[in-house]
Amino acid sequence: MDPRFLNISNVSIRFAPRAPNVLQSVSLDVARGEFVAIIGHSGCGKSTLLNIVAGLLQATGGGVVLDGREVDEPGPDRAVVFQNHSLLPWLTCRENVRLAVDQVFSRSKSRAERARWVDETLALVRMEHAADKKPGEISGGMKQRIGIARALAMQPKVLLLDEPFGALDALTRAHLQDQVMQIHARLGTTVLMITHDVDEAVLLSDRIVMMTNGPEAEIGEILTVDLPRPRDRLALAQDPRFLAARAGVMEFLYARHRNPADAA
Amino acid sequence: MDSALGRIAVLAPRLQPAALWPALRRRITDAMPLLVMLIVIGVLWQLLLDHPGAGLPAPSKVWMQSRELILHPFYDHGGLDKGLGWHLAASLQRVALGFTLAALAGIALGLLVGTSPVAMRGLDPIFQVLRTVPPLAWLPLSLAAFRDAQPSAIFVIFITAIWPVIINTAVGVRNVPQDYRNVAKVIRLRGFGYFSKILLPAAAPFIFTGLRIGIGLSWLAIVAAEMLVGGVGIGFFIWDAWNSSNISDIIVALIYVGLVGFVLDRLVALLGRLVTRGTA
Repeated sequence: MDPRFLNISNVSIRFAPRAPNVLQSVSLDVARGEFVAIIGHSGCGKSTLLNIVAGLLQATGGGVVLDGREVDEPGPDRAVVFQNHSLLPWLTCRENVRLAVDQVFSRSKSRAERARWVDETLALVRMEHAADKKPGEISGGMKQRIGIARALAMQPKVLLLDEPFGALDALTRAHLQDQVMQIHARLGTTVLMITHDVDEAVLLSDRIVMMTNGPEAEIGEILTVDLPRPRDRLALAQDPRFLAARAGVMEFLYARHRNPADAA
Repeated sequence: MDSALGRIAVLAPRLQPAALWPALRRRITDAMPLLVMLIVIGVLWQLLLDHPGAGLPAPSKVWMQSRELILHPFYDHGGLDKGLGWHLAASLQRVALGFTLAALAGIALGLLVGTSPVAMRGLDPIFQVLRTVPPLAWLPLSLAAFRDAQPSAIFVIFITAIWPVIINTAVGVRNVPQDYRNVAKVIRLRGFGYFSKILLPAAAPFIFTGLRIGIGLSWLAIVAAEMLVGGVGIGFFIWDAWNSSNISDIIVALIYVGLVGFVLDRLVALLGRLVTRGTA
């Protein structure tokens, strides 16, 4: 297994020439198939880091290499699931996925293969039943599942999740977390996920990257979550290793690096 | 079997009106306030103006004097003595032509101004000044240029309807949400693909708002323009009726103009809903 499948090295970014860096020398290696969560308080620049990996933002310093190729623009090998789903409202769910599939596999797959692949990805997130509905006609959780289907349909080298469940209620969130775990187990996708939910980070990830508060945010600590897969949220609730990992992240976020907004 | 079928056959005619009645009754209830208002206005109008020497005719007088106009919209006695249907058809034809040209040119210019900052800086100030010129002020100029009434009237429609189309299209294009742009970037949708699959559908609700304002302005302008250029058309009909002191005819014509304008607006709105697949 290549431990440097995704290699983020010394990434810094600032949004104005004289402004302080939002991110300060962030370095992180992610192995192929690994699930890494990035956690931090609001405004620490975790979404900025994700956008740099996606290629939607250009780092001021440092760089990102994915599978031996430098990242300099957005592309389907780094599919993003956006926090607010970003589905096109004038297309049905199936058409939203198909737009991505047709675009990404226009040469490598035949029309029939692409149509079949769209249906397969919709089945993967169990959304076949709503495939012909518009995004406006389905719930927030369903929209996010279509967003995940669209991203997975691109067969990305790394799946980037930008607080994908942040806007959902607790029950829907739990349901989607389980689904993401299943998909990760089945496809072995490399995942980089932004979250501010401690339980979510511990439940889903192999490693948790904890960011200090910005400006000049950096990686404060990396915690390896040593829990066997498949993981079961009910069983884990009593598991001392789960509780220890959870306590570790909590301690970092609320004792050592309290949200500056709360401290003030 | 037989008896069951027979029972259904007997029940069916009784069931149907029962199912239809509530829907019909709701329709009637919804239309009630409007009907009451129309009756109130009609009665007031009749009471206020139904006396000798009144400046305007009462409804009863309108009915007496313009009955042929109301009952036979498509009579044709030769020359300009035609039913209102023919006049409206002539006006609608001019509007259709002028408005279609305005829609095509307006969307094209709006896309240009919306996507190119240079075009924006070069053209937008000109548009902002020209759009304030009243429609009729263009008429003498277009008469001078075209030396013919028909193209001049169409040009006035065109120049009236184009500004809201340009401006709304440009706003729609500039306001494509960043989320959609990001999606396009991730799947590397560029050039014509981006234009047709993201930009145009995202801007469509704005474009149709512009078209709706445009069709309304066209209808406002055509009546005024036709009063000046003459020939067949609802505007000329009104002017002609004024010259012959047929005030009743004018009142009938105004009601027709209003109804047609209302229908035009609704048609463009309906088209917008169909084209944008419910996102407008």
